[in-house]
Amino acid sequence: MIWELLRRCLIFVVSALAASLLIFWVLDSGCAPAQSALGVNGTPESVRALCTQMGLNRPFPVQYLDWLRGAARGDFGISYVSGVAIGPQVTDQLAVTFWLVLGGIVVALLIAGPLGMLSALRNGRPSGYLLSGLSQIGVAVPAFLAAILLVLVFAVRLDWLPANGYVVPAADPVQFLRHMVLPWLSLGFVQGAVLTRYVRSAVLDELGQDYLRTARAKGLTPFRALARHGLRNAAIPVLTVIGVQLVTILVGAVIIERIFTIPGIGKGLADAAERRDLLTVQGIVFTLVMIALLISFLVDVAYQLIDPRLRTAARR
Amino acid sequence: MTAPATATPLAVPAGTPFRPLGPLVYIGAGIVAFIALAAVVSFFWTPFDLLYLDYAHRSAGPGTAGHWLGTDRIGRDIATRLMVGARTTLYVGIVAVGIAAIAGTPIGIVAGMVRPGWSEVIMRANDVLLAFPALLLALILAAKYGGSVTTAMVAIGVASLPGFVRVIRSGTIQVMSTDYVLAARVAGRRAPGIAARHVLPNVSGLIIVQASSAYAIAILAEAGLSFLGLGAPASVPSWGRMLAEAQSLLTIAPLTALWPGLAIALAVLGFNLLGDGLRDRLDPQLLGR
Repeated sequence: MIWELLRRCLIFVVSALAASLLIFWVLDSGCAPAQSALGVNGTPESVRALCTQMGLNRPFPVQYLDWLRGAARGDFGISYVSGVAIGPQVTDQLAVTFWLVLGGIVVALLIAGPLGMLSALRNGRPSGYLLSGLSQIGVAVPAFLAAILLVLVFAVRLDWLPANGYVVPAADPVQFLRHMVLPWLSLGFVQGAVLTRYVRSAVLDELGQDYLRTARAKGLTPFRALARHGLRNAAIPVLTVIGVQLVTILVGAVIIERIFTIPGIGKGLADAAERRDLLTVQGIVFTLVMIALLISFLVDVAYQLIDPRLRTAARR
Repeated sequence: MTAPATATPLAVPAGTPFRPLGPLVYIGAGIVAFIALAAVVSFFWTPFDLLYLDYAHRSAGPGTAGHWLGTDRIGRDIATRLMVGARTTLYVGIVAVGIAAIAGTPIGIVAGMVRPGWSEVIMRANDVLLAFPALLLALILAAKYGGSVTTAMVAIGVASLPGFVRVIRSGTIQVMSTDYVLAARVAGRRAPGIAARHVLPNVSGLIIVQASSAYAIAILAEAGLSFLGLGAPASVPSWGRMLAEAQSLLTIAPLTALWPGLAIALAVLGFNLLGDGLRDRLDPQLLGR
């Protein structure tokens, strides 16, 4: 058990280093920042001089380690394009996106839990086909289409909710909620449809297990047997999927944040990419990928700790 | 004859009822064929000329002045732009899935045939790549090289790669534990020969299934990228960009946003139905859900 955990830790550290190297390498631009700082007036000599002064032509490993040392502390340097310190900016944006993604996942779970269970229990019956069909259609709807339709109905036609914007929760909780409802629903509908399919197959797997047959034989209805015995087991693969999909959800927030003009990390990334601000992109991508790797590592470890089958195997 | 304990039969186990292709596969195939047809026809004929601007009927509703689906805010025919946009969607998808399949299949086969230690290394590297979804890769490439159809295709292709590697590897492992591979080994056939002669033909069904599912994801990613303005340039019609342009007109002409949105959803649905149906048929043993 201890060895298994240590092995996982090692895999996590190596993966994180590999990912950071990849990010730094792909987004490394050599002397380009010096070139653009000097503009059209830069002679090759002055560009080279500034490049050296900025430390951009040091050996690659030195630059990488220097960047990594800062990145590990959340210091991604100062953007050459906007002149803003990237680290604090990323932290602020991340806080905004945190609320968006958290609410989106809650909505997704509220949709996927009951629907997935129902569609598994009704498997093979017309209502089961109908539910599977609905989730198929939901998977096919891009989040931005859902967002646009929601805005059309609830903001434009009914005028119940604001069409875009963001309010800091501490400043005005009510306005914060009003602004977040449509983004949450947009993100949650689409992720909910994806999750419904996983919940359905996880529950179907459990329905085929002997212990549920026993529970049914003891006279429990399918629903009660599932609620009492199956859900706990079905939850494990579903939570794993959420962990794995978290980065997709975070990145999917790029589009939602753009539509609703929410100043989160996704909007920050899209804006930085558009301005071709490589240093900022580097910092944001590093943050997102590290979160993704960390979450999947934690899910992995939790899985090891929770699954009773693995526990007994270790005790033996 | 008794099989060795490790062998998992590739064939459908006895007693499993033969599953005919459900109606959904045909619906999926029909949708895909319809979109492909629209794209092909658009090379020869479209309801209106692509560059024709009907100033008299701007933001017109469906059926106005011969515009089947109406016009956008500067009077361009929506049906025409949807047909031409289908080309962009299908083209980006084909190249992206092609990149993933051509690179992913050999990596998956190798990962399934080498010793477990090496297989583990390949799969861990694969997992690292999994942390970079298409949109993230596309934003990285767009930041470095500027957004274009090429960066979109490469990003979507590379992001689809881990899926292929995973599926092909698990298929390969199953094939490698069969009696006929054992027989081929005993007969002295070397690994490359086994890969070409036995593994590749047996996982080809998986490649098709995975390609169909990957295509659905590629369409969504492409639409997302052109929605953000990081895909096809403004001069090339694309469904994502049409949707982005329509967003600003939501109050005046909401239907303008509906058509490209429906086109995207329909295309994704078609490829998903096709992939799911083929998966059930081609090999229930090889693939999880």
